[in-house]
Formats: sequence, C-alpha cells, structure tokens
Amino acid sequence: MQQIFINLRFVHLIFLAGLLLMNGACKSGKNRMQKDDGLGSFLTEEDIFDDIDKAKKIFYSLPSPLETAMLLKSAGISYNEQLLNDLAGVDKYSTKKSKAMNLGIYTTDLSFASLFDQAQTSLKYMDVTKKLANDMGINDAVDEETMKRLEQNLNNRDIVMDVISETFLNTSSFLKENDQQDVAAMVLVGGWIEGLYLGTQMIGNAGIANNKLVDRIAEQKLSFSIVERMLQDNKVNQKGQENVDIIELINELHRLKMAYDQIEVQTSAVKVDQKDTLSGSVLKSQTKVKVSPEAFKELQAAVESLRNNFVQ
Amino acid sequence: MKKFLPYIVSFAVVSLLTLQAQAQCKGFAKKLCKMELTGYVHDGNYHAAILTEGEEAELYKTFYSGQKYRLAICGSEILPPIEYQVIDAYKNVVFDNREHNMVGTWDFTLESSQQLKVVVKVPVSDQKSEFPDSGCVSIMFGLQEK
Repeated sequence: MQQIFINLRFVHLIFLAGLLLMNGACKSGKNRMQKDDGLGSFLTEEDIFDDIDKAKKIFYSLPSPLETAMLLKSAGISYNEQLLNDLAGVDKYSTKKSKAMNLGIYTTDLSFASLFDQAQTSLKYMDVTKKLANDMGINDAVDEETMKRLEQNLNNRDIVMDVISETFLNTSSFLKENDQQDVAAMVLVGGWIEGLYLGTQMIGNAGIANNKLVDRIAEQKLSFSIVERMLQDNKVNQKGQENVDIIELINELHRLKMAYDQIEVQTSAVKVDQKDTLSGSVLKSQTKVKVSPEAFKELQAAVESLRNNFVQ
Repeated sequence: MKKFLPYIVSFAVVSLLTLQAQAQCKGFAKKLCKMELTGYVHDGNYHAAILTEGEEAELYKTFYSGQKYRLAICGSEILPPIEYQVIDAYKNVVFDNREHNMVGTWDFTLESSQQLKVVVKVPVSDQKSEFPDSGCVSIMFGLQEK
C-alpha cells in the first residue's frame, strides 16, 4: 500500500514539474501570472503598450516578408530586379547574425518577385533561402516536396504565395520552438528592412507629395516601435547573458530611429462598421502622416546604409 | 546512484513531455489552425504558446490600409473556447468574440493604418478538476490582396 502511495506521489511530482517546465518553455522576457479578473477590467491608460506585464506571453508581430511585399505592391511599387540582393553573395554570410538577417532579406526578395509573377527569379530565390536555412540548421524549412510543388506551379501565384508562407512558417516555428527567438527576430527585422529598402529606392528622387508609397513607408514608423520592443525583449537571454548580436543590431538601427523621429504619424481612435458582414468589418479611423522632403531623404539614406551594411 | 534514479527519470520524462508539447503546438498551428485561413494567405508568422486556464497572451501588430485581414485564434480541444479582444491605441475594444458567439475568426479591413493589440484568454472551465487544463493556443493572420 505504501509503495502505491509513493508511486502516486512520484507521478504527481512529474506532472507538476512538467506543467512548470512546459510553461517556462513558452515564456518571453516579461512573464507574470494575471489575476482572473475578466478581459474588460484592464487597460486604463492611452498607450498601446500599457499593462504589458499582465499577460503571460507577449508576441510582437512585424509584417512578414510576404506581407511586406504585398503592402509595397498595394502602394503602387513596380518591379525592379536590380534592387534585389545578389544571389551569388549567399556564401559570404558566415555569422549567425548575417545569416539570419539575409534569410529575411532573401525571403522578402522572393515574395516581391513572386507577387510580380517572376517565375524563374522566384525559383532562384527559393533555392537561396533553402540553402541559407539549411546552413542555419533549419532543415525542414524547404523540403524536396515543397520545391517540387513550387516548380510545378510556378505560374500559379496563389500556390507560389502559399509555398512561401509555409516556408516562412517552418522557419519561424523552428526557431521559436528551439529557443532561438533572437534569431527569429533578426530574420524578421532583415525582411522588414529589405521592404523599406525596395520602397525607398523605388521612390528615388520622385516627389513625396500625394505619393502612396511614401505614406506607406512613413507609416512603417508604427512597426518600428514594435521592432524596438521585439529587440529589447531579446537583449538578454533566459540565462541572463547579454545577446551581442541583438545589442549590435539595436545600435545599427539608431540612425533609422532618428530618421523616423523626424516623421510624424498620428492615428485617431477606431470606430467599427460591422454592417458589411460579407466582406468583414471595416475599421474606420484617420492616420495623419507628416513628412518633409528633408526628413524623407534622411530616411532613404538611413535605410540604404543599413541594408547595404547587412548584405555586405 | 540509486538514490538519484527517480530524479533522473523525472527529468527525462519532463524533458520529453516538454518537447512533445512544443511539437504538438507547432503541428496544431500548422495543420488545424491554418485551415481557418481558407481563402486567405497565411502571413507566415508563428505565434503559439501553451497556456493554462485563466492565463492570457497579448499580441502587438500594425495593420495597414489597403489590405484585407483575417484573424484566427485557435485553442487545443482540451481547452474551453478561447476568448479574445482586439483593442486600439485609445483602449477602445474594437472586437470582442464574446459578443459574437465566441467565433474563432474575424475578417476586417482598415480605412487607415493602425497599431492594434490582440488579447487572448483561456477562460477557467466550469468543471472543477484537481489540475487546470493546459493546451496550445495559436494566433494567425491571413492576408488577401484587395
């Protein structure tokens, strides 16, 4: 009888320890259990990041390479292959940071090419992302079956986009579930910077007034604050050690931060129109963007310098 | 050595459980939750975690005008239906699935770009048990060219 009791206690101990460890594996830098006081009882101040410590798990979501490319296209960007990162350069990326940043950069280039139905270019960029992902130990990012599916459907944009989405999901889930949140963050930031680069290069010396692409790039100031939070969250690992790559990246982004500080983006409160149920809800609000030609020039220069540094 | 055997076994079992739970979460998000995005392209980002009854997760994201979005929130079968709210920078609740029969997806477009917060909560089950249930919760976004 006593033996059975001890065994039961042992099973309980394992169960409890398992629960604790499973929870710990999912925690980000800011973790606190929340009182069960209902969803409506919090949020009393005006900043979107207030009350951030309440939740057990915090996610910062940047536009993925696919979304970045879609946002640029909907803002009227045209295709220019000369702007994409050189395929031949893939072998020179030897550090964890340069591999991660350029995996993001190549994935945005791949998304960009595929959205403009550039079949052969898409295939070449998929090959490069596969190689870089393999180098980083992410072997299931692009398997043979995925490559075959892509090759057989190169002229079907929907399938090509689905393949890119699947590939990026494999990469981000692998990194996040193998305690490499820092690497996942660098991949995302690399892809996001590439989107800024393509957009700002395309604008070149064109006028900025009534330019939808300029507004879209200026609005990325809203995502820049998420970039900052995401990197701050990964500055120190779970063992309390500083992450040199992330700290270096934060410093490298300083000029971009200064450039965005010169651009004003104001948003009004949201009102929801839920009458149109067929196409979903419409979030009605206003966003005012104020950007001077000088401030935009500085933003262009900051992005160009940053991106060229990453692809070196 | 014999004295430490139970601890070694415990550690191995717990490590395996943890790995298994993570793999299940990844598989759950990729196979089941992604199905909720039919008609949309998944953006490719992975946001999933194991949550216990009563716990919350928050997601911060900028949503852009000119883009159609679908938000899909899914929880493992073991968990009660997941509650979620979408909140703007002024603390207005833009969407609350408790007012819409606990739907797991929400389609929306924006007149202008906005930073929004998605708050997800695993409610506490009415059925009392010795241990609260834990399971995978996934937040996914689908995109559609407008």
